[in-house]
Amino acid sequence: MAYKDEKLNEEKVFKDPVHRYVHIRDRVIWDLVGAPEFQRLRRVKQLGTSYLTFHGAEHSRFNHSLGVYEIVRRILHNFEDRPNWDSNERLLCLCAALLHDLGHGPFSHSFEKVFKLNHEDFTQEILLGDTTINTILSKVENGFPEKVADVINKTYHNKLVVSLISSQIDADRMDYLQRDAYFTGVSYGHFDMERILRVMRPMEDQVVIKESGMHAVEDYIMSRYQMYWQVYFHPVTRSAEVILSKILHRAKELHETGYEFALKPTHFLSFFTERPTLKEYLALDEAVAMYYFQIWMNEEDPILSDLCERFVNRRLFKYIEFNPNLQMNEWMELYRLFNKAGLNPDYYLVVDSSSDLPYDFYRPGEEEERLPIHLLMPNQELKELSRQSDIVESISGKKRTDHKLYFPLDRLKEMSNRSKTKKRILEILYG
Amino acid sequence: MLENHAKLMRFFASSEEIVGRKKLQKIIYILKKCEVPFEERYQFHFYGPYSEELTLRIEELCNLGFINETKEEKKNYYQYRYQLTDAGNKFLEHYQVELPAMRERISKMKEKSSRFLELVSTMLYFEHLPREEVEEKVRTVKSKQNYTMDEINEAWSFIEEMRRTLH
Repeated sequence: MAYKDEKLNEEKVFKDPVHRYVHIRDRVIWDLVGAPEFQRLRRVKQLGTSYLTFHGAEHSRFNHSLGVYEIVRRILHNFEDRPNWDSNERLLCLCAALLHDLGHGPFSHSFEKVFKLNHEDFTQEILLGDTTINTILSKVENGFPEKVADVINKTYHNKLVVSLISSQIDADRMDYLQRDAYFTGVSYGHFDMERILRVMRPMEDQVVIKESGMHAVEDYIMSRYQMYWQVYFHPVTRSAEVILSKILHRAKELHETGYEFALKPTHFLSFFTERPTLKEYLALDEAVAMYYFQIWMNEEDPILSDLCERFVNRRLFKYIEFNPNLQMNEWMELYRLFNKAGLNPDYYLVVDSSSDLPYDFYRPGEEEERLPIHLLMPNQELKELSRQSDIVESISGKKRTDHKLYFPLDRLKEMSNRSKTKKRILEILYG
Repeated sequence: MLENHAKLMRFFASSEEIVGRKKLQKIIYILKKCEVPFEERYQFHFYGPYSEELTLRIEELCNLGFINETKEEKKNYYQYRYQLTDAGNKFLEHYQVELPAMRERISKMKEKSSRFLELVSTMLYFEHLPREEVEEKVRTVKSKQNYTMDEINEAWSFIEEMRRTLH
């Protein structure tokens, strides 16, 4: 029997808190799960620094990847024998679902911003390079790794296949919303996924939703909206992200200026100077990063050690709402005052904006920006969701953005009460 | 503070007005591929390279009053116009952000249709591949648009022109 058709003698199941069970019958999938590059995802948290706000949010990209695989498996089960669905694409979809986050690094959002990296590029490298994953995929058929890479990169010719993994109502989002809600303990991320899977219909180049399932999708959009504001956008999580980014900036800056670290930051060197090789990239997971942060708490450089101590012991920056248009003069004054107070404003006075986040909420995608969710009407016509649903229309049209100013209030409080600088800083910050 | 926002404002200051979100997305992408250091991250989407970060940042700039957005209803969609406001200009006066000159390039791109810019940005997305493979990719991922060989050749020349033009 060809490797691609090989089934396990007995179905393997993973107990899963979100989907109850994850079922595996294909030998290829089982082998991929066992590959070191996939096992590494256990050491990368799904929600980065959110665990400092929601203590349960310690789940990993490994959990999530299995979840996305399971959702796609269930969708494809429903698609069997439906028009527009080519069952020859089944294994490709399952592999792409399982492997879509393979290139995520430690705290990937901050790392990617600071070191100008892109986890999507590393996903492609793992799929196509000299890796166990590539060896397994290559056994399926000639050109199969390239196909999986194309699906994940959204450049595969069959857009229907792409839309299962990546669209405005895809398996990726359906898993992370429910999983993140479960592990953070919030009550917002729930929706009737079973119902959505039942009303999904394959069309020529996208998955659409039968009109009768509109209310289930409304629930999904609401949950996405709520999770965005309540979890992903949480100001305390953002404070931790700000500190993490500043740690990485500081370490990089010190390295560039010839600073002698007490412990040579071997795992970081290629990140500081150039683009890391795949091997170097994979060697730096969150456990390793946290090890360095703990060591750097004792570094001589006061900024690096202070920032690391804050991150490790959760002594985060405080924040106020900030409007860069109306408060430009205050910003410039604060910048001067922080310098005067001996707090380097490049590290201790930080504006963080909503666009700095890797999450989004539903947009109808006017003027061919991004493919929206389409409802399949009884007369077979397609209608964009927000034009049919008042609920979706009311939240997708809303423009909510914000900017926050982060700073170490504890350091300001430590200053003498007679200090005019302190008095003026607090006056600007708190009125 | 807001360095990436300031870069976008500098772009709007050089462009007078941009009509259409899709056009805006593609113009920034093409400039980025021509070494203008915009930081917005792009991914390949149904209509070619698209940046959610850019969409959000533009929204923020509008909400801050630095950019003016006008919405016009068309037959099946809305169209948007963007211009830098006086407040945006004032913000830029306080802000040192150095970008390569781009006025002429922007003006040339504005003259083109968003369909053409979608082709150009898609070709740039695959530019690490040999030329024949780039064209093959365009035919595969953009099969519905039915780009002709003439259009593809025009796009190659346009890319060269964009990279030659220093303003």
